[in-house]
Amino acid sequence: MSNEKIQAGLDKYNASVEKAISRFPERPNLPEQRLYTPLDIKDTDYADEIGYPGMYPYTRGVQPTMYRGRFWTMRMYAGFSTAAESNKRYRYLIESGATGLSCAFDLPTQIGYDSDDPISEGEVGKVGVAIDSLADMEILFDQIDLGKVSTSMTINAPASVLLAMYIAVAEKQGVPADQLKGTIQNDILKEYAARGTYIFPPRPSMRLITNIFEYCSKNVPKWNTISISGYHIREAGSTASQEIAFTIADGIAYCEAAIKAGLHIDDFAGRLSFFWNAHNNVLEEVAKFRASRRVWAKVMKERFHAEKPKSMMLRVHTQTAGSMLTAQQPNNNIIRVALQTAAAVMGGTQSLHTNSRDEALALPTEESVMIALRTQQIVAYESGLADVIDPLAGSYYVEALTNKIEKEAWEYINKIDEIGGAVAAIEKGYIQKEIQDSAYKWQMDVESGAKTIVGVNKFQIEEEPPKGLLKVDASVGVAQCERLAAMKAKRDNEAVKAALADLKAACQDENENLMPHILNAVRTYATLGEICGVMREVFGEYEAHVNL
Amino acid sequence: MEKRVRVLVAKPGLDGHDRGAKVVARALRDAGFEVIYTGLRQTPEQIAEAALQEDVNVIAMSILSGAHPHLFPKVVNLVREKGMDDVLIIGGGVIPETDIPALKEAGVAEVFTPGTPTSAIVDFIKANVK
Repeated sequence: MSNEKIQAGLDKYNASVEKAISRFPERPNLPEQRLYTPLDIKDTDYADEIGYPGMYPYTRGVQPTMYRGRFWTMRMYAGFSTAAESNKRYRYLIESGATGLSCAFDLPTQIGYDSDDPISEGEVGKVGVAIDSLADMEILFDQIDLGKVSTSMTINAPASVLLAMYIAVAEKQGVPADQLKGTIQNDILKEYAARGTYIFPPRPSMRLITNIFEYCSKNVPKWNTISISGYHIREAGSTASQEIAFTIADGIAYCEAAIKAGLHIDDFAGRLSFFWNAHNNVLEEVAKFRASRRVWAKVMKERFHAEKPKSMMLRVHTQTAGSMLTAQQPNNNIIRVALQTAAAVMGGTQSLHTNSRDEALALPTEESVMIALRTQQIVAYESGLADVIDPLAGSYYVEALTNKIEKEAWEYINKIDEIGGAVAAIEKGYIQKEIQDSAYKWQMDVESGAKTIVGVNKFQIEEEPPKGLLKVDASVGVAQCERLAAMKAKRDNEAVKAALADLKAACQDENENLMPHILNAVRTYATLGEICGVMREVFGEYEAHVNL
Repeated sequence: MEKRVRVLVAKPGLDGHDRGAKVVARALRDAGFEVIYTGLRQTPEQIAEAALQEDVNVIAMSILSGAHPHLFPKVVNLVREKGMDDVLIIGGGVIPETDIPALKEAGVAEVFTPGTPTSAIVDFIKANVK
């Protein structure tokens, strides 16, 4: 059918719509277009812009067969209280069919403080597991074969230290570093912009990250050295386009830093991975995943002149949107998570964490985690969504939306380039302000009723307070401090002192790769707080400035 | 002219989730209050000191990490020790219903949980500030 014929039909349709609307007005606050036709994607070149799975620009996915070969990794993020408790949960998840581990650390660990630091009081073991030294890490992975499992660690500012501990545990298990599979989040820029667990200022932080890239490319080649994260940017309130734009801008900054440090793009780019949010609007999310792959492929090819296909593939881990869970009628969250899972799968994710229904209230119980994992398994085995690759391609709407999100992402990336790159844009507060504005608009839309959240601003009921929530007892902190004191009394304190002095000297020499020095310190059972303390002394600490 | 109500929006502890704190801060400002936001990672001592220095009428704290049973009462005690008896102290975040009675007992005037409209916080402050 020619475009003229389609247009003629559309004109006729639009006239009929006018009549219909005059009798039955449409709901307010809908997207500007009610219907999509071939005319909306008439300028989209199939071969150049959409293409084939496993081929540039990877719009349709990064592997040729996607889930027809193997499902995505069902990776449940878990960790709380002590290493022993978390180890129990990990082994439960593996027995339940989870195919990857994902470690949550408590806030003192994420910010490089030991459990006995006064600032850690009240926080030990609360949002994740407390890791003070290699001794805790040994317990965390007890009876888990690090040669077999793939482990993702949500750790950023002290990522180098936790990775070193993981390598050291593997050594003790007899697993060589080049066999280790997993990911460290290691994405400091989004910590400044959205998540808040930074330690050092941007420059030394970027050095630590490039040190890790370099070390792993030689010694831990199967390790994903960074998970460049839009997840938290979205959780902080951004739109879908902002999520991928700011994250890809961060990715550009990491590549530039690594290249400046003397690395070649194809030596590290294949180990970069991404982390997206799966939000409520199913089709917008699918389009976002597709657009993000296309933008990244173009960035790698056109901007960095990467040559290896692997360097151009945006591989992504996904988590369903925590901020969309409601404390009201928490069982409704099961349905939200199922829809978000469908979006992530139709978007072509490589791995997925599904949130549990009770996470707007507390950490999830074992039963809730099981439902969340079963949600993935039902989508994988029963829904048919995983049987055909990129099943929504060719939808006039999804293709047009993919184009629109891509266009908006480029506009932001260009704007950030004008400011001087992601680091400068964060230092100036530009990215934070954009996110805040979107968050505020969302909240106002919910309060005005322009946006409906079931159970929150519509269809509310009187509810009994929920029962059986998971609670981390305050005694966990006390017990952890006692274990730490006992460990310190047992270790060779002279060796610790020497390793920390060596690390300090290495920090002061900008040309030195810090990873081997950190690994040395970790092996002596120097604590996370001691190691980060040395780095704090040399590097200083970041101070945020907030413009409301 | 009547003095405008001054509110300190504070993030005690190590929790970096400040979407809620920033949204509330802005909503309070739009409602006509003078708002000071502390930024992340404030110790209870820093918050009490900031409240004193800024001569605020209200302290609004946000925690999503589960550290509220420890940190909220600590801030209340320090604020009262400094003689700020009239300062209204409220809190919010991911706080289980079952924890709220103990927080109120400790002197937190009201606790706002996820899903609360910002207008409810504005109304509460207007009704209770001294």
